[in-house]
Amino acid sequence: MAIGWQLATVGSIHDETPTVRTFTLGLPGWSGHRPGQHLDLRLTAEDGYSVERSYSIASEPERPGEVDITVERIEGGEISPFLHEVVVPGDRLEVRGPIGGYFVWEAALGGPLLLVAGGSGVVPLMAMVRHRARSAPSVPTRLLFSSRTFDEIIYRDELDGLASARNGFEVLHTLTRGQPPGWTGYSRRIDEAMLAEALEPLGAEARAYACGPTALVEVVANGLVRLGLPPDRVRTERFGPTGT
Amino acid sequence: MTERFVTRGFVGRRDDPGGTGLSGDERRRRTPPGQYLTSDFPVLSAGPTPRTPLDRWSLRIEGLVREPVQWSWAEFLALPAREWVVDISCVTKWTHLDMRWKGVSIDTLLEGVELDPKAAFAIAWSDGGYTTNLPLGDLLNNQAFVAYEYDGQPLAPEHGGPARLVVPARYFWKSAKWLRGLRIQDHDEPGFWESLGYHIRGDQWLEERYSGD
Repeated sequence: MAIGWQLATVGSIHDETPTVRTFTLGLPGWSGHRPGQHLDLRLTAEDGYSVERSYSIASEPERPGEVDITVERIEGGEISPFLHEVVVPGDRLEVRGPIGGYFVWEAALGGPLLLVAGGSGVVPLMAMVRHRARSAPSVPTRLLFSSRTFDEIIYRDELDGLASARNGFEVLHTLTRGQPPGWTGYSRRIDEAMLAEALEPLGAEARAYACGPTALVEVVANGLVRLGLPPDRVRTERFGPTGT
Repeated sequence: MTERFVTRGFVGRRDDPGGTGLSGDERRRRTPPGQYLTSDFPVLSAGPTPRTPLDRWSLRIEGLVREPVQWSWAEFLALPAREWVVDISCVTKWTHLDMRWKGVSIDTLLEGVELDPKAAFAIAWSDGGYTTNLPLGDLLNNQAFVAYEYDGQPLAPEHGGPARLVVPARYFWKSAKWLRGLRIQDHDEPGFWESLGYHIRGDQWLEERYSGD
């Protein structure tokens, strides 16, 4: 069955951090999605020049007819500056999806769950966290989340709120570039020791999802396999330049 | 040409963000629909990177052949190889022009192999369980090779090393990383991504990304 292009209407726009923005897209024809999937966005100029990009869906499937995408503004990029600087509520954007069938978690798969995010890699994992809150609130889940600084933690307040529900959801933060006074979280890049501590209470039956820059995901995936998780229970989504 | 929806206020970058040094016309001509040019080599894998020690590695051709053949790493490296400079397109939208590889043509691998008359498809299979499917016609006649070097260096594990399949005329998911064998069949069979909603054929010039495209 073909996945056709649809016109989405931008509803609300919300800044998560100084450089990260969430767009709520109204999509009456949307067939639904599974947490972890993404959509393709297509932008077309007057002369027909057109570009496409993929964006992870940030919202849970329990919100019919609309999806959120959370987009980091990349300096010098072609799409994200346009989305941040030009798009306003009421604008229409071409999208298609949902796409992706492996980097997916839904309540029926069960847990425990270890989610590991680097920066904007948290977006598809947030769809899983939000879905869990709605449909599987007792699945033991830990999110190990690496950000550069406190102000750059995407979804910070929402994650605090979900963790305070004390239903088995915990967030472990690490800040790699600078920490505020009184910081009690981690202060370094994710490494195997940190993964071991994050995984320990969840046990060897955990399923893991890691998303972020490829260097981080490589460390995480290799580390979790070395800690004993079967490779097919370690699912990864990578983006960003390799730097090589 | 069908009416295309125009995005309010979108102009796009018309310079050379991928740093190719090519003219605008040349870039347009060589960029498949929906792709953007990059000079980077992104890594996209579904799971952890498999690592097989070379003394336990083998490459095998089996299935609808008179006799399966197999090479150890040393035997594989001794096969006639050549440099390939090809454009690569990934379904995640990046295209990298003129990527330089060293590898062995599939034609070379099949030289000593007698294919059954019913042989029509190949399933490429990899360490870690990955598979992808291709018609034999997409693999023969210098259209595909097994690469063990990229850009003058041994192929890194995260890019599919020690050896991967490369099929430049298809989205890069068809270029199976960590290749360990080709299973020749008379029927097609969707591989890993093909079973998860991706197109059975994956021709980037026809934008065959997802099932039904």
